[in-house]
Amino acid sequence: MEEEKDLRYYAKVHSIETFGAVDGPGIRFVLFLQGCHLQCKYCHNRDTWDMKEGKYQSVDDIYNMILKYKNYITPNGGVTVSGGEPLLQVKFLIELFTKLKKKKIHTCIDTSGMVALTDDIKHLLTLTDLVLLDIKHIDSEKCKDLVGFDNKLELAFAKYLSENNIPIWIRQVLVPGYTDDEKDLRKLKDFISTLNTVEKVEILPYHSIGKYKWTKLGLKYDLDNIKDATSDDVKRAKAILGIS
Amino acid sequence: MKFEQWDGFEKGDWQSEINVRDFIQRNYTPYEGDATFLAGPTEKTTKLWDEVLELYKKEKASKGGVLDIDTKTISSVNSHEAGYIDKDLEEIVGLQTDAPLKRAIMPYGGIRIVEKACAAYDRKVDDEVEEIFHNYRKTHNDGVFSVYTPDIRAARSAHLLTGLPDGYGRGRIIGDYRRVALYGVDVLIEEKKKDLVILDDDCMTEDVIREREEISEQIKSLNDLKAMASKYGFDISRPASNSKEAVQWLYFGYLGAVKSQDGAAMSLGRTSTFLDIYFERDLENGTITEEEVQEIMDHFVMKLRLVRFLRTPEYNELFSGDPVWVTESIGGMGIDGRTLVTKNSFRILHTLENLGPAPEPNLTVLWSVNLPDGFKRYTTDLSIKTSSIQYESDDLMRITLGDDYGIACCVSPMKIGKQMQFFGARANLAKTLLYAINGGRDEMSGKQITPKFAPITSEYLDYDEVMEKFNQMMDYVAKIYIKALNAIHYMHDKYCYEAIEMALHDKDIIRTMACGIAGLSVVADSLSAIKYAKVKVIRDETGLATDYEIEGDFPKFGNDDERVDSIAVDIVKTFMNKLRRYPTYRNSKHTLSILTITSNVVYGKATGNTPDGRRMGAPFGPGANPLHGRDVNGALAVMNSIAKLPFDYAEDGISYTFSITPKTLGKDEDTRITNLVNMLDGYFKQTGHHINVNVFDRSLLIDAMEHPENYPQLTIRVSGYAVNFTKLTREQQLDVINRTIHERI
Repeated sequence: MEEEKDLRYYAKVHSIETFGAVDGPGIRFVLFLQGCHLQCKYCHNRDTWDMKEGKYQSVDDIYNMILKYKNYITPNGGVTVSGGEPLLQVKFLIELFTKLKKKKIHTCIDTSGMVALTDDIKHLLTLTDLVLLDIKHIDSEKCKDLVGFDNKLELAFAKYLSENNIPIWIRQVLVPGYTDDEKDLRKLKDFISTLNTVEKVEILPYHSIGKYKWTKLGLKYDLDNIKDATSDDVKRAKAILGIS
Repeated sequence: MKFEQWDGFEKGDWQSEINVRDFIQRNYTPYEGDATFLAGPTEKTTKLWDEVLELYKKEKASKGGVLDIDTKTISSVNSHEAGYIDKDLEEIVGLQTDAPLKRAIMPYGGIRIVEKACAAYDRKVDDEVEEIFHNYRKTHNDGVFSVYTPDIRAARSAHLLTGLPDGYGRGRIIGDYRRVALYGVDVLIEEKKKDLVILDDDCMTEDVIREREEISEQIKSLNDLKAMASKYGFDISRPASNSKEAVQWLYFGYLGAVKSQDGAAMSLGRTSTFLDIYFERDLENGTITEEEVQEIMDHFVMKLRLVRFLRTPEYNELFSGDPVWVTESIGGMGIDGRTLVTKNSFRILHTLENLGPAPEPNLTVLWSVNLPDGFKRYTTDLSIKTSSIQYESDDLMRITLGDDYGIACCVSPMKIGKQMQFFGARANLAKTLLYAINGGRDEMSGKQITPKFAPITSEYLDYDEVMEKFNQMMDYVAKIYIKALNAIHYMHDKYCYEAIEMALHDKDIIRTMACGIAGLSVVADSLSAIKYAKVKVIRDETGLATDYEIEGDFPKFGNDDERVDSIAVDIVKTFMNKLRRYPTYRNSKHTLSILTITSNVVYGKATGNTPDGRRMGAPFGPGANPLHGRDVNGALAVMNSIAKLPFDYAEDGISYTFSITPKTLGKDEDTRITNLVNMLDGYFKQTGHHINVNVFDRSLLIDAMEHPENYPQLTIRVSGYAVNFTKLTREQQLDVINRTIHERI
């Protein structure tokens, strides 16, 4: 096992994707961090949960790696940190984003927002240009069933972003039978309308492609009987949310 | 010179000497707008294209995909009677033989190849032709084999040297077909006669004799060209007087070339902006409409899509899908900073919409970060829709080649009318590495192919020892490679000279000896495994290393990892420097390409297990691509790795084939276009040279493999050219499907 390192200057990295075009605007360098405290039943990256896995990489190494893609990401893209839950490694992110902002590189975090608003988190958000906020479930009870936590923290997180003028792209994973109830979607729409900085609302259709990762880890997959969300499902949800 | 056909053109040096570039620079109109001016197909176009599609169907249903062969007429510039698809509908006329898709025989390259090809399609070469070429007329192929040395023969049959043009036409020469339109043939003949006067000197040396003979051949071919055009009712002795004539004249020049040569790549050059000058003059005079202009371009492109050569099944295995490489170079920037994009750059790309996608002509966009945004967006939009376009860095090539070069074949740049190359196929570097380990014995047959070198006998491979022996083996391969190419091109000039193409060149030209390598990523990964992991050798009872066991992990090419990328760069530089040590035929300049076309499958088949863990017979990565599945950091990491390969040491081109699913490229059409534009800008800023762009889902290809009848025009880019997917062999289809298609789920 690897020796533990100072999580201010090192990150636990799951993987990188040098060409991301679906996680924020433009071409994104996407950094997937290791570790997540939620237990989403539909998670398609089950292998990112365990904080003991992954590889340590230093802030400088990651920063230098990102700079190699400056020619591609500077016109209208940037860096997106995803996971796992990236906010679990907030100290590292403060270091990284401070450097990126000095180079005027667009920063984005893909998060569930299921974290307490600590001073560190607040500091990081001052360095963040965009948050992709994955609202797990607008109904607190159902949220708990689906991901293991109720939604209080993430709704508070969303409000904080709105109050502090940080742009948000709301994301809702559409899991048939779990998150596609019309009543819930209307409630979500109402909630979104209370936020001032939402630039975009995206529906991410659930798919079972990530199931093999559960099987590989010898784990039971709870959504075995759930079908992938179809394009019609997505259309319906979009209609309810009033988005195109 | 003074011609009424030049009225309205800006005057310049081009009127007192052959200087097409000067004509273009003084007369063209850069276009910085978008695609909204374009016109759809006319009724005539649609009708004619439907007839062509019917012919395609018949061709496909025929044995081996060959509709008909004229087995009697030895093809030359003026060999056949006029042929038509449907005379009344054709705006631009001229076919290689007297009927569309009927293939001609060109036995000067080699009679046996022609016989073999005919036999493969259940036909037989005319007795008289056989009699002549077996008994009285020596061919290029005969010439080469009469001088080949045993070491060359051994290397060739062991697939150490592969795809050499010793049994087929070398191609990759671009005649400046624009000269036919601008000057008319009589002026060109007069200029050639002046060259003969220059060559009338005190000394009749071998060089002078050869050149005088070649120019005489060129003049003869120009006269033949006039005669051929007159069969279609045109007098091309004078310059073209309007845009339709300009296209027709230019096409006749090209047609003369493809009637007299069946070279591996018969490229068109850089013609669309030249032709735009004529279209602009006619549009301004009100003698033509945009619809009519597009109609002419559509009909011209239709003709280019009908060019066919007679090939053997073995040839098709190397370069599959019946490619001709009618490469047309589009766009780019002028050295004065103006863009060379014109409305006609859009129109030739627009044929992909009016006629539907197709592999030919091989549409090649010369990309610069400074290209107008409207053009960048149009061409990437078409890439996303058709997967039919390739891109090459104008910013890189303009430095040494100026702004009037074109691409021959896939990635080989040359100044139009001022430069040609001696095509040299490629050396199998992966096999070279295995020979270094085995002291020159072939890893598959066990035969001693090279002189005996001391093999490596240790249980584990030592990086320094391997490098030392690999260097020695590369020395040896470079030596016999140049020997073989010198023999080939001497004989090609002698027995299969490209008279009409060279007639459309200047007297004094640059010649390059275009060598190539295959298996670069396999070699880089193998050396990386030896350096960063432990590689154990498995030997058979005769001591031959036949397999390798790798302990531990190692960096792999295609992940933007300096540790292995630097190895790849070093190999390119080293091999190029070794080639440079050996003198070349006609003092041609050594160049190198990293390109395999579809032959990465065949070369892989002939190569044993490699120290990177690649299995015997498995395909190499095409061109400079990483071995599929080894790149794990996404598309841009691959691009950065490939962009590190030095163009200065691989001036004949570095090919990268890139495939991505539409969804991965972006969520909606507009985003996909923007992302692709930024991706290409980024790649070329990183000094990448070439990229094929494919945008499709793997499932589409699988469906097309199972139901080819539903995909008659499905076009994809493979290494350096585009191909009709359903015309690939199943093996090659699988190779394409298994290749890395960048995908985010």
